[in-house]
Amino acid sequence: MKLEPIIGKYGEFDFEKKKVRLYFEEAGSGIPLLCLHTAGSDGRQYRAVLNDPQITRNFRVITFDMPWHGKSSPPAGWEKQDYRLTTGSYTAMIMGFARALGLEKPVVMGCSIGGRVVLDLALKHARELRALIGLQTGAFVERYYDSSWLDHPEVHGGRACGAVAYGLMSPLSPEKERWETVWHYMQGGPGVFTGDLHFYQVEGDIRGRIGEIDTSLCPLYLLTGEYDYSASPRDTEAVTARVKGAKFTVMKGLGHFPMSENPEAFLGYLRPVLAEIASR
Amino acid sequence: MIERIAALVNADPAIVRWGRGMNETFMVEVGEAQFLLTVHEGKIEKLEKGPFVQRTWRFAIRASRESWEKFWQKTPAPGWHDLFGLLRRGEVAFEGDQRVLMAYLQYVKLVLAAPRKA
Repeated sequence: MKLEPIIGKYGEFDFEKKKVRLYFEEAGSGIPLLCLHTAGSDGRQYRAVLNDPQITRNFRVITFDMPWHGKSSPPAGWEKQDYRLTTGSYTAMIMGFARALGLEKPVVMGCSIGGRVVLDLALKHARELRALIGLQTGAFVERYYDSSWLDHPEVHGGRACGAVAYGLMSPLSPEKERWETVWHYMQGGPGVFTGDLHFYQVEGDIRGRIGEIDTSLCPLYLLTGEYDYSASPRDTEAVTARVKGAKFTVMKGLGHFPMSENPEAFLGYLRPVLAEIASR
Repeated sequence: MIERIAALVNADPAIVRWGRGMNETFMVEVGEAQFLLTVHEGKIEKLEKGPFVQRTWRFAIRASRESWEKFWQKTPAPGWHDLFGLLRRGEVAFEGDQRVLMAYLQYVKLVLAAPRKA
C-alpha cells in the first residue's frame, strides 16, 4: 500500500453553543490554505490538492468536514430538528475553525456553497484573510428543482443526491473521478444536502451586497468550470461585473466539482493562482 | 434517435442496474412526437410511438426536438449535457409523479443520454 501524505484528525469543536466532534485533514506546511467542500459532500473532494507536492511545499492545506458531513458528527439533539445552513452559521463555522487551529491569515478556497461563502468572508473578514478563492461562485441560484425530494422517506436520498451531483459535472471529466464524486454524495446523511441548499438557494442571497467587497483588503480569485449549470460562468461574470479587482478564469471542460471530477485539469488552473498569492 | 434507446439500454448492464425495482411506464415527448417507455426491472420492455388515446403513464418528460438533438450530441455543449441542465434552461418539463422520477433519477438520466453512444 502506497501511503498518502494526508493526515486526518478529530477535535472537539464549538459550534452554535454546542460541542461537535469535527474531522479534518491536512498536508504540507507554510501558508494555511483552508478548503471548503460543496453542499452535501465532504473534504475528500480536495484529496488531489492535499496530495500535490507542488502545492504542499508552500502551503499547509487543510480541509474540514462540516458538522453533519463526512466523518464529522452532528451536534447532540440533531434528531429533534431539521438541519439548515445559514450565512451566519457557515461564516462562524469557518472563522471558528481557523481560530481553533490558530491559522494566521489563511487563504480560504471554497466550491459551490463554499464559493458563495467566500463572498460573505470578503465582506466581513477581509482583514483576517490572506486571499480568497471561489470555485463555481454565484451570488445566488434561483431554485430550478424541488430539493425537498432529496430528503423524502419514499426516495432514496443517496441515490437522488448522487444523481443531482452527477449531472453537474462535465461529460469530458474522467469517469472514475466523476463516479467517485457521486459516491461522496451518496454517502451524505438524510436532509444534509437539502439543509446546505437552504443557504445556497434560499437564505444566502448576497446579490445586494457584493458591490461593497474591497479586493484591495483581500484579493479575490474566481475559477468556474464551463459545464456547471448551477453556478455557470455567466453567474460568476455577474459577480465580477460588480466586484472591482476580482480575477476570473473560466475552466474549460470542467463542471461543478473541478477539484474532484478532474483533479489534474483543476490543479493546472489552481497552481498559478496559489503561486501569485504566495508571491504577494 | 429515441427509437434506439431500448436496444442501447437493454444491452448495457451498467444502465439496467440503476433501474432495478422499476416497473413503470413513462412518457417522453420529442417535440410533437410522443413515446411511451415501459420499464421492467431496468429493461425497456416496450417503446411505443404515439399518438396515444387514454394511456396511463407515471411521469412525462417533454422537450422540443431541437433541445433533444443538442442533448444527444456525442459531446453536448455546456448546459445541454444533463436533464437538470435542460430544466435549469427551461428547455424541459417534468410532469406527473415526481416522486418516482426522483427515485429513479440516475436511471432516467442514463436512459435518456443513451443515444449519445449510438
